Amino acid sequence: MSVLVYIENRDGQFKKNQLELMSYAKKISEATNQELVTLSIGNVKEEEWARLSAHGATRVLNGENLPNQIDNEVFAQALFAAIELVQPKYLILSDNNTGKALAPRVSVKYRAGIVSGILGLPISYEPFVGKKRAYSGKAFAHVKVNSDLKVLTLSPNSFEIKESSGNVQLEAFEPALPTPKTKVVQADKQMGKLLLSEADIVVSGGRGMKSADNWGPLEELAEVMGAATACSRPVSDEGWRPHHEHVGQTGKIIGPTLYIALGISGAIQHLAGVSSSKVIVAINKDPEAPIFTAADYGIVGDVQKLIPQLIDAYKELKQ
Amino acid sequence: MKILVCISNVPDTTTRIKLSGDKKSVETNGVQWIINPWDELALTRAMELSEQNAGSIQAISVVSVGDASVEPTLRKALAVGANEAIRVNLVPADSYSVAVQLAEVVKQENPDLVLLGIESSDFNSSGVGAMLAELLGFASVSSVSSLELSSSGLTIKREVEGGTEQLECPLPAILSVQKGIALEPRIPAMRGIMMARSKPLKVVEPVAVEPLSEWIELELPEAKSACKMIPEDNAKELIRLLHEEAKVI
Ligand SMILES: Cc1cc2nc3c(=O)[nH]c(=O)nc-3n(C[C@H](O)[C@H](O)[C@H](O)COP(=O)(O)OP(=O)(O)OC[C@H]3O[C@@H](n4cnc5c(N)ncnc54)[C@H](O)[C@@H]3O)c2cc1C
Ligand SMILES: Nc1ncnc2c1ncn2[C@@H]1O[C@H](COP(=O)(O)O)[C@@H](O)[C@H]1O
Repeated sequence: MSVLVYIENRDGQFKKNQLELMSYAKKISEATNQELVTLSIGNVKEEEWARLSAHGATRVLNGENLPNQIDNEVFAQALFAAIELVQPKYLILSDNNTGKALAPRVSVKYRAGIVSGILGLPISYEPFVGKKRAYSGKAFAHVKVNSDLKVLTLSPNSFEIKESSGNVQLEAFEPALPTPKTKVVQADKQMGKLLLSEADIVVSGGRGMKSADNWGPLEELAEVMGAATACSRPVSDEGWRPHHEHVGQTGKIIGPTLYIALGISGAIQHLAGVSSSKVIVAINKDPEAPIFTAADYGIVGDVQKLIPQLIDAYKELKQ
Repeated sequence: MKILVCISNVPDTTTRIKLSGDKKSVETNGVQWIINPWDELALTRAMELSEQNAGSIQAISVVSVGDASVEPTLRKALAVGANEAIRVNLVPADSYSVAVQLAEVVKQENPDLVLLGIESSDFNSSGVGAMLAELLGFASVSSVSSLELSSSGLTIKREVEGGTEQLECPLPAILSVQKGIALEPRIPAMRGIMMARSKPLKVVEPVAVEPLSEWIELELPEAKSACKMIPEDNAKELIRLLHEEAKVI
C-alpha cells in the first residue's frame, strides 16, 4: 500500500509546480498513513534530489535511462510497471499535458476512477470525494471515486508548497518498454521560458492593446514582475500573439496569484479561463466593461499610458 | 480513409450556470446546446483535410453518446458537412462510460482516424481520448495543435510541457485536438442545413458499463466582492495596494 507520485522534470530540473505536487503527495500519504513513492523519468541534475528531499520525497524510483518525452502509450507502460511494483492506493500526477494523457490510461487499465484537475486536498477520504472545475470554471463538482486505486491529477497553483524533511533513496527503475508507434521528428523547446501554466503572475493583453506592435511595454512589464504573458482569443486569432498564450474557455485555463488584464473586456468565455486567479487587476478605458465585475482592483484608463507607469511604480517598489 | 469525430453536446459558452434544486445537475431551461468547441474545430479540420486531399477521405462520421436531446447538435454537425451521424443511447455518468461506448462504435465502423476534443466544456475531464486509445491500442497523440495527412499516415504537432513536438503517426490513430488545429469553426450554410435532414442518423443501444466515478454535488463559485477602483493617474497606488493589501507582489 502506497501513494505513488510522478514528478516530471524539465531539462533535468524540477519546477515549482512539481514541488507543489510533491508537497501534496506527501500530505496525502500522511493523511492516509501510507508509504510515499516518487517516480522520476529521464535524467535529473544531481542537486535536484536535495530539493525533492526537502519537500518530502523518500523512496524514489529513478528511471534515469528512460527517455523524458515519450510516446503516451509507452509512457503509460512505464507507469503500469511502477504501479505493479508498489501497488499504490493513490496515483498522483500534474494536471498538465503529461498528466492529462496518462491518467486516463491508468484508469482504463486498473478500472480506477479519476478526479481530473483536483483542487487541493479531498473533501473526504472515506468515501473519497474531490473537488474539481466543471462547466469551464463556472461551477465546481464534487466527484466521488469508489475504486481501490484512485487517480488524481492536481490542478496547478491549487496547493501550497510545503517544506518537510525527507531522505531520498534512489532506486533504479528500468522496466522493459515496447517500441513506440509514433516517432518524434522535431522538438522545439521554449528553453528557460516561464510557462503560463506555472506562473504566479500573468500579464495579459486584449484587443484594447490595438496592435501587435504595442506588445513591447507589456512584455517589459511582465519581465520586471517575473510574470508570464497571456492574451485574449481575438489577439491570438489575429496572430498578434502565439496560440499558446490564449487563455479562456477555449484556450488555457489558469489560476495564478495575480492576473493583470490590459485592454480586455471580460467576456464570459475569457473569464472562464482566469476566474480562479487569486487577485485580478483590470485596466480598461470603458468603466462599464464586464471585466470590472470580476476584478479585485481596477483602473479606468488607457493601457498605452498606464503600462509604462506601472513599470516605473513596480521598479520603485522593489528598490 | 474514414474519419470519426466524437462530439460532446454542451451548453453554449455564454450560458450562465444555475444549479437544479438538488444541486446534482444544472438547470437546462433556456440553455442553448452546441457542439463542444474543440470537437467543432476537429470536425472543421476533418472537412478541410477532405477538401485538400481530394478523393482520399471517403467519409466523415460523427458520434455522440447521449439521449435524444443530443440529436439537434448531431444534425448541426451533419449540416456542417459530416456524412453520417451515430448516437449511442446512454446518458453518460463519466468519461469512462463514454470511452467504453465509443470503443464499441469504433469496432463496428472501423474508422482510420478518430478525432476528439482535448476536453468537454461541461465535464472538463480530458479523459475520453486517452481512455479510448488505451481500450483500443491504436496509435494515439494528445494535445494536437496541427494535423496533416502524409504518405505513411499523419504529420502532427503537439504541445508538451515547455514546447512543441512534430511527430509522424501511423494509422489507425486516435487524436485529442486543441486550439490551433483549425482557425474558425464552420457555420452551416442553408444548403447544408437542408441536406442534413436527409443524411443518416443512426441510433445504437449502449453496452453495459460500470462508471468509475460519480458527481455527487455541484457548487457555484463564491460571488466576488466589489472591485476597488483606483483613480486613473495613480499606477503607484495600485502597485502599493497589490503589495501591502493584497500581498501578491
Ligand atoms: C465559442 C467561443 C469561445 C470563446 N473562447 C474564448 C476564450 O477562450 N478566450 C477569450 O479571451 N475569448 C473567447 N471568446 C471570445 C469572447 O467572446 C470575446 O470576444 C473576447 O474575449 C474579447 O476579447 P478582448 O477582450 O480582447 O476584446 P474586446 O471585447 O474587443 O475588448 C477590448 C477592450 O479593450 C478596451 N480598450 C480599448 N482601447 C483601450 C485602451 N487604449 N486602453 C484600455 N482599454 C482599452 C475596450 O474598452 C474593451 O473593453 C470565445 C467566443 C466564443 C463564441
Ligand atoms: N458524450 C460524448 N459523446 C461523444 N464524445 C464525447 C462525449 N463526451 C466527451 N466526448 C469526447 O471526448 C472529448 C473529451 O471529453 P472529456 O473527457 O469529457 O473532457 C470531447 O472533446 C469529445 O470529443
